[in-house]
Amino acid sequence: MSKEPEHVVIIGNGVAGITAARHIRKISDKRITVISAESDYFFSRTALMYVYMGHMKWKNIEPYEEWFWKENRIELKRARVEKLNTAAKILIFESGEQMDYDKLILATGSLPRKIGWEGENLKGVQGLVTKQDLELLEENSQGCKKAVIVGGGLIGVELAEMLHTRNIEVTMLIREQSFWRNVLPEKDAAFISEHIESHGVELEFGTQLDKIIGDETGRVRAILTSTGEEIFCDLVGLSIGVVPNISFLKDSEIETNVGILVDPYLQTSVEDVFAVGDCVQQREQIDDRSPVEAVWYTARMMGETVAQTVCGNLFRYNPGKWFNSAKFFDIEYQTYGRVWPDPKEDEQHLHWEHKNREKAITIAFNTKSGKFLGINTFGIRMKHEVFDEWLREEKGLEFVLTNLRNANFDPEFYSRHEKEIFSSFKEDFVRS
Amino acid sequence: MSNTKHNMSLAGEPPNRLNTTQKIATGIGWTGVFILTLSLFNVSFPDWGLWLSLGLIALGVIIFANDQYLGKPTAVKNNGIWFKSMTSRGVLAWGTGILLTLFYIVLYWHPQYLGYNPDGANSGIIALFDPLSRMISGLPASQWFVYGTLYTLAILAFGYKFLLKYRHNRYEVIRTFSVMFFQLGFAFLLPEILMRLNQPYYNPVNIWPLNYDLFADYKLQEFFSAGNVGVLMILFGIASIFIITPILTYFYGKRWYCSWVCGCGGLAETAGDPYRHLSDKSRSAWKFERWIIHSVLVFVVVMTIGVIYSFLNDNPADFWLTKDVFLWSSAGFLVLFFALIMIFKKDQLAADAKKAATIFLVVILAIISVNYFSGNGNIFFFHGSQLRTWYGFFIGAAFSGVIGVGFYPIFGNRVWCRFGCPMAAILGMQQRLFSRFRITTNGGQCISCGNCSTYCEMGIDVRAYAQKGENIVRSSCVGCGICADVCPRGVLKLENGPREKRINGDGVLLGNDVDLLDLIREQKQSNKETESSRL
Ligand SMILES: Cc1cc2nc3c(=O)[nH]c(=O)nc-3n(C[C@H](O)[C@H](O)[C@H](O)COP(=O)(O)OP(=O)(O)OC[C@H]3O[C@@H](n4cnc5c(N)ncnc54)[C@H](O)[C@@H]3O)c2cc1C
Ligand code: SF4
Ligand code: SF4
Repeated sequence: MSKEPEHVVIIGNGVAGITAARHIRKISDKRITVISAESDYFFSRTALMYVYMGHMKWKNIEPYEEWFWKENRIELKRARVEKLNTAAKILIFESGEQMDYDKLILATGSLPRKIGWEGENLKGVQGLVTKQDLELLEENSQGCKKAVIVGGGLIGVELAEMLHTRNIEVTMLIREQSFWRNVLPEKDAAFISEHIESHGVELEFGTQLDKIIGDETGRVRAILTSTGEEIFCDLVGLSIGVVPNISFLKDSEIETNVGILVDPYLQTSVEDVFAVGDCVQQREQIDDRSPVEAVWYTARMMGETVAQTVCGNLFRYNPGKWFNSAKFFDIEYQTYGRVWPDPKEDEQHLHWEHKNREKAITIAFNTKSGKFLGINTFGIRMKHEVFDEWLREEKGLEFVLTNLRNANFDPEFYSRHEKEIFSSFKEDFVRS
Repeated sequence: MSNTKHNMSLAGEPPNRLNTTQKIATGIGWTGVFILTLSLFNVSFPDWGLWLSLGLIALGVIIFANDQYLGKPTAVKNNGIWFKSMTSRGVLAWGTGILLTLFYIVLYWHPQYLGYNPDGANSGIIALFDPLSRMISGLPASQWFVYGTLYTLAILAFGYKFLLKYRHNRYEVIRTFSVMFFQLGFAFLLPEILMRLNQPYYNPVNIWPLNYDLFADYKLQEFFSAGNVGVLMILFGIASIFIITPILTYFYGKRWYCSWVCGCGGLAETAGDPYRHLSDKSRSAWKFERWIIHSVLVFVVVMTIGVIYSFLNDNPADFWLTKDVFLWSSAGFLVLFFALIMIFKKDQLAADAKKAATIFLVVILAIISVNYFSGNGNIFFFHGSQLRTWYGFFIGAAFSGVIGVGFYPIFGNRVWCRFGCPMAAILGMQQRLFSRFRITTNGGQCISCGNCSTYCEMGIDVRAYAQKGENIVRSSCVGCGICADVCPRGVLKLENGPREKRINGDGVLLGNDVDLLDLIREQKQSNKETESSRL
C-alpha cells in the first residue's frame, strides 16, 4: 500500500523557513512546499545593503541556484497567505486559492516597527526590511540630498552607509547618548560612534523623532526632533527595530502576543503548526535570551531544530552560547557570550583600544569567581569555536587572556595585539 | 563637521561615474597609450619617447589610484562596481575587450604590423622599444619584448593601485610585492640579462607545463649547447616539476605559485582585479571548468611526450636515453600516478572525476600503443613539432592570451587560470589531495551574504561551503585571499594546518544545541551516500 508522503508547508522563504526545508529534506521524503509573497527565491536579507551599494547584483545574494530547488524537491510558491483554517488544515491565499497541509511551519519574519508618528506614511518615509523596501529606497534616493535616519540600531547604520555611497548627507537621531548604547558598553558605543562620525555621518544623541512634515505633494520635507530642531530632508529612514509579522494570524486559532507563542519544541498552540525565526515569541525563558530574537543565527537554529521535530524526532530548542556579529562601516564586530551594556552585579568590563582607533576589545568577567562571561571584539576577528568552548567550560578570565592568541582569526600576517591587550588589562585591573 | 564632499548633481545617483581627477588621470594614461599608437604609424619619436609614453601610462594609473584610495579609510572598496560600465560588462568593457583582443591577434600572428622585422631594422612601435631592449639585452626589440615590457608595466602600475586598495590587509600587500618582484626580476629582466650573457633565455619560475616550450627541440638544443649552465637549467626545470612544486604546494597550497609568483596570476591579480566578480559561479561553469582544464592538461602531456619522443627519434645517437625507454617510462609513470591516486585517495574523488581520469588514461595509452606498434616514428599520429605548433596556437596564444586576457572585462580576470592553465590543473590536484592548505570557516558566523562567492575570481561558490560550516578545499582556489577580505562577518581564513579533517563534508554551523549538532553531522554523513544536491 503506497501512501502519499506527508505535506509540509512552510510560510516564509527566509533563513528560518529555508533552513527547516533543507533539513527536512535531508532526513525525510516528505513533500515540501515553501511559500513567500516577497520573492521567487530565498535571498540573504542581511545582504540587501550590498545590492544598493553596487557590490552585488540581486542574483548574487541568492544562496542557491534554481537547480537546487528542483533537485532537492522543494516546491516554491510565490503568493501571500491571507488566512489559515487550522481545523481543516487549509491555507487560503490572497487570490482565494487554497492549499492543504499536514504540517505547517510559520516562518514569516518581521516588519519595521512604527509607533504612529505624525507623517510616517508620507512619501520618502520608509524602513528597510524587504526586497520591496529596497526597490522603494532606490526610487526614494533619486535626487535625494539629505536623509534622516531615526534610530541607531544595526539596520540604521547600514542605511547610513548605503545612503552615504550615493552622496546623500545623513543625520541619525539616536535616543541614547551614543550609538547602540542599549546593547554596547559605554566605551564600545563611543568608539563606534566616533568611527561612524568619521565617515561624515552626523549623529544626534539624546534625540528622538517628534513628527515628520510633508510638502504639498505629500512627500517628506523635514522632520521635527524631540529637542525642537527642524531638519530639512527628502528621505526618512525608520529603523527603531522590527516586530514579528503576524497580522494575518489574527483570526486564527493560533495564540500570539508580540509574536507567535511557542513552547520549547517550537510548537504553537495548535497541533501540527510550528513557528520559527523572527516571528516567534518563546513562552518559556531560555537562558538569558530575550523571548523574541530577530537575528539571522537564531532564525537558522530554529529552522535546524524544528526540522527534527517535524520529522518525528521531538527536539527541544536549546540554542548554545550567545554570539552575534555586525559591521559598522569599516569595522567588523563580533561578540561571544554576554557583555551587557552595563555590568551587572559582580561583573566588570575591561576595555582596550588600539591607538589607531580601528580595533577594540571589551571583556566581561565575574569579579567574585573570576569567570569569563563574554567578549566584544571590533576590528579583530575571533574564532567562534574557541570562545564557544571556553564559555561552555566556564573558563576564567586569566585563562582567556593568556590564551587569547589561540582565538585569533585574522588573516595571515596581520599585526597581533595580545601582549598589548594583556598589559593594558592588567593596568586596568590594578587600578580598579 | 561633515567631511563628505558634495557634488549635488550626483546626489542619490549610484556611484558610477569618474570624478574630475579620475578623468584627468584616465586622460594622462590614454595619452601614453596614444603615443604608442602613433608610433605604430611610424611617427618617429626621440629616444625618450618611450619613457614619456610608459611614464604617462604609469602616472595616469598612479594618480587615479591615489585619488580613489588615498586619504580615505581603507577597507573593502567595492562601491558601485556593478554600476560602472567598465566593470559590469557595459559598453566600455566590451570596447576594451575587443581592443585587447585585436592587440593579441596582431601580437601573435601579425607582429609585422607592429613594426617587427626579423631581417632588418624594426619600425613602428617595436622600434620605439629598441633602445630599451638594447640597454638590457644588447639586442633589438622583438614583439615579445614590447609585450613583456607593457605586461610588466601593467603589473607594476596596477600593482600599486592594488596595494593602495588593499593596504589594510597585510596578506594582500606582501603577496602583491611578491608578484611584482617576480614579474620584474624573474620574468622580465633575468631572461634578457641571460641573453646578454649569451646564455639561453630562461625564467626559472616559468615552470612546465605553463611553460610548454621547455622541452621543445629548439629549446633542448639551446640548453645542451650551453653546456653546464644549460644542463642545470633543464635539471632545475625538471626538479621544479617533480620536487619543488609538490613540496611547496604541500605546505602552502597552490597559492605559493598562482598568486605569489606566476606572471599570469600577477596580471590577473593587479590589472585584472576590478573584474574578479565577473567570473561565473554557476555549477555548470564548474563542470565545464573541470572538463576543459583537464583536457588541456592531457593535451600538454601528450604534446610534450610527443615532442621529446620526436626529439629522441631525430637525434638517436646523442643521448643515453632512448626513445623507447623514455616512452614506456612516461606511460609507466602515468599509470603509477593514476593507480596511486585511485588507491589512496578514492574517497576524496567524486565519481565523475574518477570516470574522467580513467577515460583520459585509457585514451592516452591506446594512442601510444597504436602508434608505437605501427612504427611510424610518431607517437600521437603526428610529429612532435606539429603537436607543439597546434598547442601553441590553440592553447598558448588563443586561449591564454586572446581569451585569457583580452576578455578580462567580460568573463573575469582568471579565465585562463581557471579553465585553461595545465599548471593550475596539476597544482590543483596536489592542493586538493596532498596539501595542508584550506580555507577555514568561523563557527556559525556566516550570514550567506554572498560577498565571498561574488568576489572569488576563480568562480568558486565559497558561500556554499561557508553557510554549511565546511572548509573550502577546492583545487581551483589560488589563495588570493580576497574572499576572506570582503567577508563582512570574519568567517573565512586561509590557513595551512594539519591534514586530518581538512575536508570536512560533515561540517556544521556552530551555535545550536551540541547534541543536535552531533545528530546533524551524522545525518549529513549518511546523506552523503545518497548524493544529495548540496543540501
Ligand atoms: C537590512 C537588514 C540587515 C540585517 N542584518 C543582520 C545581521 O547582520 N545579522 C543578523 O543576525 N541579523 C540581521 N538581520 C536580521 C535577519 O535578517 C533576520 O533575523 C532574519 O532574516 C529572519 O529570518 P526569517 O526567516 O525569520 O524571516 P524573513 O527572512 O523575514 O522571511 C520571512 C518571509 O516570509 C514572508 N511572509 C510573511 N508573511 C507571509 C504571508 N502571509 N504569506 C506569504 N509570505 C509571507 C515574507 O515576505 C518573507 O519573505 C538583518 C535584517 C535586515 C532587515
Ligand atoms: S576561494 Fe577565496 S582565496 Fe580561493 S581563489 Fe576564491 S577568493 Fe581567492
Ligand atoms: S562567508 Fe562571509 S562573505 Fe561569504 S556568505 Fe558567509 S558571511 Fe558572506
